[in-house]
Amino acid sequence: MALIDVDNLTMRFGGLTAVSEFSTRMEGGELMGLIGPNGAGKTTVFNMVSGFYTPSEGRIVFDGTPTAGLKPHRVTTLGISRTFQNIRLWHDLSVLDNIRIAQHSRMGYTSWDAFLRTRRFLDNEARIDRTALELLEALDLLRFKDELPRNLPYGLQRKVEIARALSTKPKLLLLDEPAAGLNSADVKGLIDLVRWIHKEFKITIWMIEHQMTVVMSLCQYIQVIDFGRQIAAGTPEEIQKNPVVIKAYLGDDQI
Amino acid sequence: MLQRLSVPLVLLASLAVCVGLSMGGVLDGYMQTVLMFVGINVILATSLNLINGNMGEFACGHAGFMAVGAYVSSLLTVLFLTDSKFGPALLPSGAALWFFPLSLVVGGAAAAVTGLLVALPSFRTRGDYLAIITIAASYIIKSSIENIDTIGGARGFMGMSRVVAAMNSTIDLPWMIIWTFAGAVFCVWIIQRYVSSTYGKGVMAICQDEVAAEIMSVNTNRIKLVTFMLSSGLAGLAGGLMAHVLGYVNPGNFTILKSTEIMVMVYMGGMGSISGAVMAAFLITFLMEGLRFIIPMLDTLLHAVWLLPDGYELTQVWKWVIIPLLLIMLMMFRPEGIMGARELADLFPRLRQYYKFK
Ligand SMILES: Nc1ncnc2c1ncn2[C@@H]1O[C@H](COP(=O)(O)OP(=O)(O)OP(=O)(O)O)[C@@H](O)[C@H]1O
Ligand SMILES: [Mg+2]
Repeated sequence: MALIDVDNLTMRFGGLTAVSEFSTRMEGGELMGLIGPNGAGKTTVFNMVSGFYTPSEGRIVFDGTPTAGLKPHRVTTLGISRTFQNIRLWHDLSVLDNIRIAQHSRMGYTSWDAFLRTRRFLDNEARIDRTALELLEALDLLRFKDELPRNLPYGLQRKVEIARALSTKPKLLLLDEPAAGLNSADVKGLIDLVRWIHKEFKITIWMIEHQMTVVMSLCQYIQVIDFGRQIAAGTPEEIQKNPVVIKAYLGDDQI
Repeated sequence: MLQRLSVPLVLLASLAVCVGLSMGGVLDGYMQTVLMFVGINVILATSLNLINGNMGEFACGHAGFMAVGAYVSSLLTVLFLTDSKFGPALLPSGAALWFFPLSLVVGGAAAAVTGLLVALPSFRTRGDYLAIITIAASYIIKSSIENIDTIGGARGFMGMSRVVAAMNSTIDLPWMIIWTFAGAVFCVWIIQRYVSSTYGKGVMAICQDEVAAEIMSVNTNRIKLVTFMLSSGLAGLAGGLMAHVLGYVNPGNFTILKSTEIMVMVYMGGMGSISGAVMAAFLITFLMEGLRFIIPMLDTLLHAVWLLPDGYELTQVWKWVIIPLLLIMLMMFRPEGIMGARELADLFPRLRQYYKFK
């Protein structure tokens, strides 16, 4: 059984069709890329897969469960997590709290346990703390645990957001332009980080990225969309040589 | 160990002082009432702060939930403990001691259920729209009460002073002081437990970025439900206490003006700060009462220095000029309120050793 099977997704906003008949399939363990010019509909695909939008048409089956129409927190609980194109951390909660809160689906206790401070509450809070600290340690973020994300440099904020996404224990991690706004040193760090996460956490990663160096050095397989439609798919080498892709990126007049 | 016990000890000691001073006659009836209102306002301010401060919603119908708590608990105590138009007392008057707190809990629970009126719409909307819904909800509650004649309708409902008298005659203690004190402490305690848990931190996550919260696995609807119910339940508790402190309630006690007064406390204290809300509750209560004396004094003073014409008297109406003016100044010079989002322990880290939340 495939990890995720996306079948003929279409998303319409009023008269605008942002994505049409998009399909993909991952068996598990891949590092996939999704590229395309600005406004092509990439983020909209992620929004549908993460449950933020309900597709106008099409099916998403994740790990055997159809997810289209489920609330986002249910989808996340099933094992899909993501980062955002514009960082969306909780900027007035500490880095540690950001990581802790992302474990809500595995909290293991109810509001009554929180009021009554039951054994179940104490055990689970201790576990949440431990998991959060281990994750921060693994990503070399431990020394920032008490900082507010807003006070961190942009590159670190991106990293904290990835850490937060990992904290939900995903099987599939969606990265929406993780290299956007990073300087070249940070970009190199990011490439190493994604590669390391892919290997260390043994998860499937699906990323949107504009910077070709990132996509080309990380992704095994890339899909290209333009105006909401897939125009090409293949390995990085194939994509780089594909005239349709070059045309979509550079425009007709430059060929 | 002793350090951990210090907060309960300090609280017990201050309760003992209040009780002692009341029984010794140092605090007269008026001053006791002021103290009890401090307690009630602490509950109101901290519970509304959970919604308006921590969750970042703009709820302005807190008085409605107070009304539910006030009427439900009053009905219960009057029905069960006194000879009323509903019939003779169903319980001996000695039962007041345990039945009264029970009625407060039931009143709070009823208010919590009424909180659904606001919690359910909050799933789909926020901001201005939710603000309007909260006002509408409080009006629904108020006019429902006005139209139920068995509970007095617009005339109000009374008989609660006999319940208080029944408690006092069973064991001679200033029971209402004890219960308002206990209510305030319980309220701060339970809210503190809530917001310091990973569960309750979901509330702050919703405030700061609701979309990110939902996508990062926070069940935002569930959290909103629990938070609105907790907040309105506590408001109901405050309502029950108020009804028994006053001995008489009518729908006019629970207008939008009352909700506004509670909101003023929250904004004065600082959004999301429990200690700020507590301080503001003290400050506003004392200020409101203090002005009763300060205004006549100011009147005499201004006449003495010829600043006011003889025919004009500075009346209590000026209270509603002075307090809003103070609020405007606060918003201009310290818009984040007394405490901002901080707690006392953030300002004085040494305090931390005296209590433990986890
Ligand atoms: N909620 C929405 N309502 C209306 N239109 C939308 C909405 N979300 C996206 N769109 C439109 O859908 C199209 C695709 O947007 P999307 O954000 O998916 O593009 P993208 O490929 O991620 O682009 P970029 O590279 O700029 O991030 C755009 O034309 C956008 O304006
Ligand atoms: Mg995008």
